[in-house]
Amino acid sequence: MSEKSNYEAGFGSDAVKDPQRIVFITKKTSAQVKGVKPRQLMSYPHLVLREVIVFEIFTVALVIVALFWDAPLKQLADPLLTPNPAKAPWYFLGLQELLHYLPPVVAGVLIPTLVIVALVVIPYFDVNIKGEPLWASNRQRRLMVFLGVVAALLFVFGIHEAFDVVIPTIIFASLSVAAYFAPPRGGRLIRYLSGRPLSWWVMSWFIAVSLTLTLVGTFLRGPGWSLVWPGR
Amino acid sequence: MTYPSREQWLERLRNNRVWKSIFRRGPARTNRTRSLAIFGNVFLHILPVKVREKSLRVRATYYLGPFAFFLFVVLTVTGILLMLYYHPAAPQAYYDMKDLRFVVSNGVLLRNLHRLAAQAMVVVVFWHMYHVFYRGGYRPPRQFNWVVGVGLLLLTLFLSYTGYLLPWDQLAFWAITVGTNIIGYVPFIGHRVRFLLLGGNIIGGNALLRFYVLHCVILPLLAAWLIVVHFWRIRKDGGLSTGENEKREERESIETTQVEQEAVTVGVNDERKE
Repeated sequence: MSEKSNYEAGFGSDAVKDPQRIVFITKKTSAQVKGVKPRQLMSYPHLVLREVIVFEIFTVALVIVALFWDAPLKQLADPLLTPNPAKAPWYFLGLQELLHYLPPVVAGVLIPTLVIVALVVIPYFDVNIKGEPLWASNRQRRLMVFLGVVAALLFVFGIHEAFDVVIPTIIFASLSVAAYFAPPRGGRLIRYLSGRPLSWWVMSWFIAVSLTLTLVGTFLRGPGWSLVWPGR
Repeated sequence: MTYPSREQWLERLRNNRVWKSIFRRGPARTNRTRSLAIFGNVFLHILPVKVREKSLRVRATYYLGPFAFFLFVVLTVTGILLMLYYHPAAPQAYYDMKDLRFVVSNGVLLRNLHRLAAQAMVVVVFWHMYHVFYRGGYRPPRQFNWVVGVGLLLLTLFLSYTGYLLPWDQLAFWAITVGTNIIGYVPFIGHRVRFLLLGGNIIGGNALLRFYVLHCVILPLLAAWLIVVHFWRIRKDGGLSTGENEKREERESIETTQVEQEAVTVGVNDERKE
């Protein structure tokens, strides 16, 4: 725009080309805030090309793995021959592991429903939209509530001896409490942890617990759902 | 006689009137024709015309969304091919698996690909969700697309799970037994839902047929529908979220504006002095 304009009034925005600039500032208008837009590229070809390349890489990778990793096939289904243990697909083994500890209505119905509801309502919780760290303000009260919730969780899962829930919970609670008591200029990890909001702690704890449950259910459970070493 | 170079040949092809009649444009060399390439095409139309440079970077998304979609495409293609060799009847389904292994050309690869892509899709969809969560991609105005994504996560799990029964081997049979027993624990309606799903009280031929229809027709259609909504909402909600940087950019833009205004005022003063 500025290259073309050579206004007679000498009104331009390019300081090099039109050194004489006139600015009218009326007193009652407030400062105009114009956003600086981030650099944008045309989807065609930039996005489309990248996606095509990514698809090609994925295809090659997928075929290579599929050539060497055979899908399992056991004997014909037989309702009279129950394998021990009978296992669900791996992504439900976390649930099956919970089912081993808790009553079926709780582990099989209540907890999955709560998880789904929690996931759905995440974006509708406006609390802490700025991502304020958990221990940034109101520290003492928050610590009391935090420890109370952790103690309740440990109690519930502890009396059912669900070690693979209790252990990740203890680790996460310890990390969070460490971030609470840490000096403001600690190491990198401590600084990272003390900058995390509550939502981060809850989600990371959830991922850690579900991963642990799934891994234990997949690799460490044998006949009668007893603990075994993997590969035995 | 000189032959046209590759570029010249492409150029001629793209200016050909048949090419133009199909793609509704000539070569995409200007921003206008590049925009036309997107919104003049029914499939690409779901993409925004412009994207932020930042959201194209690998570290911004790890291309997890495209990866999940790509796996869905692979599953559709290999799934349709598998349907050519499959009878949803017990015990014929199991013998079809044996045929895939020993009779059908590349049958093993076909089944391996379908199974691998199914496992990978569960992993990738979860990973995608966690990545979006940690980047804050669910924040306004993208709340609803997060909810659509949760629906797609559940559909992925159901699709994988219904497919698990189809080989009709011991692994399939008992995995589905364990899973459907859980449904029975739902208060009041559990047994009825289980009966509806299995077409009976035990897992047999009826259950296999129902899981087959769910797996090959109902759930894929629902998933395709939600995927389209999911993609379309990315465009409508203003492109991919740039995460926490968005806030920093806003702040920077305000600072820049203030600096600019000072400069303008200084310029005027200088001129008055001259």
